[in-house]
Amino acid sequence: MIKLFSLKQQKKDGEGTPEKGKRASAAQLRIQKDINELNLPKTCQVDFPDPDDLLNFKVVISPDEEFYRGGRFVFSFKVGQGYPHDPPKVKCETMVYHPNIDLEGNVCLNILREDWKPVLTINSIVYGLQYLFLEPNPEDPLNKEAAEVLQTNRRLFEQNVAKSMRGGHIGNVYFERCLK
Amino acid sequence: MEVEWPGRWNHLKKILERNGPFAHPDFEPSSENLSFVKDVCKILVIGAGGLGCELLKDLAYMGFRDIHVIDMDTIDVSNLNRQFLFRAKDVGKAKAEVASAFINARVPGCKVTPHFAKIQDFDESFYRGFHIVVCGLDSIIARRWINGMLISLLQYENGELDQSSLIPMVDGGTEGFKGNARVILPGVSACVECTLGFYPPQVNFPLCTIAHTPRLPEHCIEFVRILLWPKEEPFGAGKPIDGDDPQHIKWILQKSQERANEYNISGVNYRLTQGVVKRIMPAVASTNAVISAACATEVFKLATSCYVPLNNYMNFNDTSGVYTYTFQAEKLDDCLVCSLKPQTLTFTETDKLQDIISHLQESPSYQMKSPGITTCVDGKNKTLYMQTVKSIEVKTRDNLKKTLKELGLTTGQEVYVADVTTPVSLTFRLQLGSSMDNS
Repeated sequence: MIKLFSLKQQKKDGEGTPEKGKRASAAQLRIQKDINELNLPKTCQVDFPDPDDLLNFKVVISPDEEFYRGGRFVFSFKVGQGYPHDPPKVKCETMVYHPNIDLEGNVCLNILREDWKPVLTINSIVYGLQYLFLEPNPEDPLNKEAAEVLQTNRRLFEQNVAKSMRGGHIGNVYFERCLK
Repeated sequence: MEVEWPGRWNHLKKILERNGPFAHPDFEPSSENLSFVKDVCKILVIGAGGLGCELLKDLAYMGFRDIHVIDMDTIDVSNLNRQFLFRAKDVGKAKAEVASAFINARVPGCKVTPHFAKIQDFDESFYRGFHIVVCGLDSIIARRWINGMLISLLQYENGELDQSSLIPMVDGGTEGFKGNARVILPGVSACVECTLGFYPPQVNFPLCTIAHTPRLPEHCIEFVRILLWPKEEPFGAGKPIDGDDPQHIKWILQKSQERANEYNISGVNYRLTQGVVKRIMPAVASTNAVISAACATEVFKLATSCYVPLNNYMNFNDTSGVYTYTFQAEKLDDCLVCSLKPQTLTFTETDKLQDIISHLQESPSYQMKSPGITTCVDGKNKTLYMQTVKSIEVKTRDNLKKTLKELGLTTGQEVYVADVTTPVSLTFRLQLGSSMDNS
């Protein structure tokens, strides 16, 4: 057992020189580890606008198969000081016709919200996002219209995706071109 | 004001001046124990809210007379039911200041010093001045911060902890009828970061439920908070929700009610709306009293060694009946924060960053593969070099050729190194000689 008697001394006030802000936060240490160990497939790239700020970055996903082949989708990641207790905030910056991503860029991915665990990493989220493009899930829709089309007419869904990625209207919504 | 009177300390003397079968093995009965509590021991209480008011009262009555309290908040009318150091006339004033003044007027000889500030406003030299830190916080981020601070104060000599640098942290937490008290001996027992998984996750509903299949009034409120607010920006572009602004809550309430009507959901009201938006957990005065009493007892045990301290985590639950359970939370060998013993890296000012990286890769004790190096100067994080991420590599490549001096690194500066070869980032403290000493 530790002997805390060594603690029984008078403590001095304001000893030493101020060293304010010389220490990285726990969130910062953890994100550094996450980032340094990113291990992504060639379809995913990560971009840091400011290399000093590891808490804010973009992930670009360029699927090479299935519906979204040839497209280029940009996601913004905002990691808070609560990380990894709290998940990062992820938004899709590219307008996309997708059952699980709405037109404001909100993404419905379980590990971003209700199933987030501190053991998960940035790597897990990127894989989760990539999976959304390979297997769009019409059961839990954010874009209800797109989900209905996927469920009822797979061929039309495929055409709609292709059209939206080339740049064009689906219904009265205009999608900007996002082909690579 | 009369400070001493006959018999004032009789109860404490019975514990501190006599031995007993349950005393700590190192305990030596003596009158010095009481004078340590009264005249030397300096306690920091973090938070002057529900737990903080209880803690200040408990500690002051236990004989501690040099207490500091930090709180960044002001008093709200909704605090008055349980934060008993505050009165209606105090609404709007700083919690730390009102609480201190109350205790100082009420408990003869006790001197509480208030700090109306954030914990992050103080540096190492401030925290080093305390014997024990007690927390009554409602934020995980704040707990992690003070935990990291106390761990950074630890000094190691040849890998051995210098115990005089250790400041115990007693942490209390409550949520409704549940609470916990724990004792953290930084660097020795499980720390906040070791047990981050213990904290209940924030309640987050699946986004698709909120968007398309709401069933609960909370779903409707979350719909407005997460999806509608950023879209409609009712109070101007980029303006975030302020849970204390009645205008904001009223707007969210109205939109939530519209949505609830659409889906035949009942139960959306002002109180629930504010509760969901601010993620309010109902506070129960008696839970605070129990947890604070447990924490104050631990402070007393640590300060006097009169009894073995809690080892190290106590849960309390009185939702139905009264239940407590104590267990030993385990310290993680690869804890992100407390497993780190800063190692010294000795270089000269004119050495280049590349020299440090080569050292980490080639030295037999590290043999790293592709170390990513960051540091923190004046509260700003700086990435010195990271090879594994292309966009960072390109932008930090030039740093490799710069000298440590050019990079603004000085003796004592901490650098953090992540590499696949280590389970956590390593902390290094730089020791820089001028190139002349390098002979």
